[in-house]
Amino acid sequence: MRTFNQQFLRLVPSGRKFVIGIPFIWLFLFFMLPFFLVMKISFSEAALSIPPYSEIYTYAEQKFQLLLNIGNYTMLGEDELYLSAYLGSLKVAALSTMMCLVIGFPMAYAITKASKEAQNVLLLLIMMPTWTAILIRVYAWMGILSNNGLLNAFLMWTGLTDHPIEILNTNTAVYIGVVYAYLPFMVLPLYANLVKHDGSLLEAAQDLGSSNFNNFWKITVPLAKNGIIAGCMLVFIPVVGEFVIPELLGGPETLMIGRVLWQEFFNNRDWPVASALAVVMLLILIVPILLFNRSQAKEMEGRG
Amino acid sequence: MKRFGFSKFMLIFGLMFIYLPMLILVIYSFNASKLVTVWGGWSVKWYVGLLDNTQLMGSVVRSLEIACYTAIAAVALGTLAAFVLTRVTRFKGRTLFGGLVTAPLVMPEVITGLSLLLLFVAMAQLIGWPQERGIVTIWIAHTTFCAAYVAVVVSARLRELDLSIEEAAMDLGAKPFKVFFLITIPMIAPSLAAGGMMSFALSLDDLVLASFVSGPGSTTLPMEVFSAVRLGVKPEINAVASLILLAVSLVTFLVWYFGRKAEANRKRAIQEAMDQTANESWQQPQPQRVAATA
Repeated sequence: MRTFNQQFLRLVPSGRKFVIGIPFIWLFLFFMLPFFLVMKISFSEAALSIPPYSEIYTYAEQKFQLLLNIGNYTMLGEDELYLSAYLGSLKVAALSTMMCLVIGFPMAYAITKASKEAQNVLLLLIMMPTWTAILIRVYAWMGILSNNGLLNAFLMWTGLTDHPIEILNTNTAVYIGVVYAYLPFMVLPLYANLVKHDGSLLEAAQDLGSSNFNNFWKITVPLAKNGIIAGCMLVFIPVVGEFVIPELLGGPETLMIGRVLWQEFFNNRDWPVASALAVVMLLILIVPILLFNRSQAKEMEGRG
Repeated sequence: MKRFGFSKFMLIFGLMFIYLPMLILVIYSFNASKLVTVWGGWSVKWYVGLLDNTQLMGSVVRSLEIACYTAIAAVALGTLAAFVLTRVTRFKGRTLFGGLVTAPLVMPEVITGLSLLLLFVAMAQLIGWPQERGIVTIWIAHTTFCAAYVAVVVSARLRELDLSIEEAAMDLGAKPFKVFFLITIPMIAPSLAAGGMMSFALSLDDLVLASFVSGPGSTTLPMEVFSAVRLGVKPEINAVASLILLAVSLVTFLVWYFGRKAEANRKRAIQEAMDQTANESWQQPQPQRVAATA
């Protein structure tokens, strides 16, 4: 009886397996598996049916047929629109990541220099916007940047220009919006990293006659490497696929891939092309994502 | 010292850059003029008008409902994931697991949204569920990406924890399950609350995922706001936006305040306990020594 019980217990998953299994299965089912479906549908053809794509395999008369339609991918290569949308997204993402780093690094540095009490308050001030609807924060800029908005009114009042400058619905507005929305995501990981630095290293270097400039490039920046990678990736990767900001602040010339994908999916109802766009975007982003995951894993295990 | 001045200036500049637009938005929501760019005196009529907009109110209730469910599920799932990542050091597929936990943080929302929709469509064909996309599918989508945020917050806390307390409980014969609920959970409670609030706010805020996986009749607040905003700036939207801003900042502030208070209490309690034991062990040896010499 006892041995039977033991054998029975062995079949029931242990607590350890449960603890690992539940999040693992959830993430596999709702995060990883869907990507394979996107891949599958990117090889199908658009059809007038529900759902609007054709099956890629058929089984009839003992024949299993797999029909891969690479037309979606060749179209991506041939059509000028998609290519310039990818390049446009990468350009916006790269430039705004740089801008966030240039603005965010001194900010994070200044926070680490404040008193412990002030640090808490400053962090809260940086963190608060990330919890607030991005839609609303972008919307706030629409009112400011429009032709008869506050910024133009201010510029004309100071006499810098006598007619309103067109900012809303241009790429400039997209850059402003992206830097605005993603700045906190740069500052927070940088702060988390910078605050761990040992100040005595800088003092020692200074005692040995190193200049401030030298100190910064030879000590602070190399030590902050993981934080810089995490911050840059937290900005760069989502911006490549950004939809809301180019849609609301950008103009017709703002070609970004997230926006094109949205239009293919919702306006043209072409699910296979939208899937192909997503697959190519993912291939472009796979290296940055792996970089981010590695720096995050280091950070999580406390090796960072 | 010179660079310190520069970085301080950048901090002030950055904070102004972040907060001025929101402040302007709130001020203009009290504008009496129908024209959003002309100031026509103070008024609360746009706020009063919101109450009559039943469609908008319906979407507010729906969004709040989804955000509540999301916060609960994301905290449970994210805490489990964080616990596995920080405490279970070796198991098959650990690297994959780590990747799956952190990747939703950066994955562009259009990709996640599209892929989840395709999953739901395929599931509906295969097993007949979900027949209709709506609150449940949005909840699943939000939980998946909010759990990643919770995992990051909670794992940071779990790493700081003094392992010896858990080990002591185990040595005294407590089962791992009991240790987790009686020792670990109370110690990480502030970060659980923070993660929950964060999930709540993220869910309330999400437009892209919800647009992909929602069905007819399950429009959320951001979707409603987005379709209005697309047509330009409107005073009613200013009022909605200000209310959302107010709600989120209030919640954020409360979480931060209570989190800090709990942290301070905990530290004081530990300090007191340590002082007490230090005092006792200081006094205890006295009688023994007396006995030995006598």
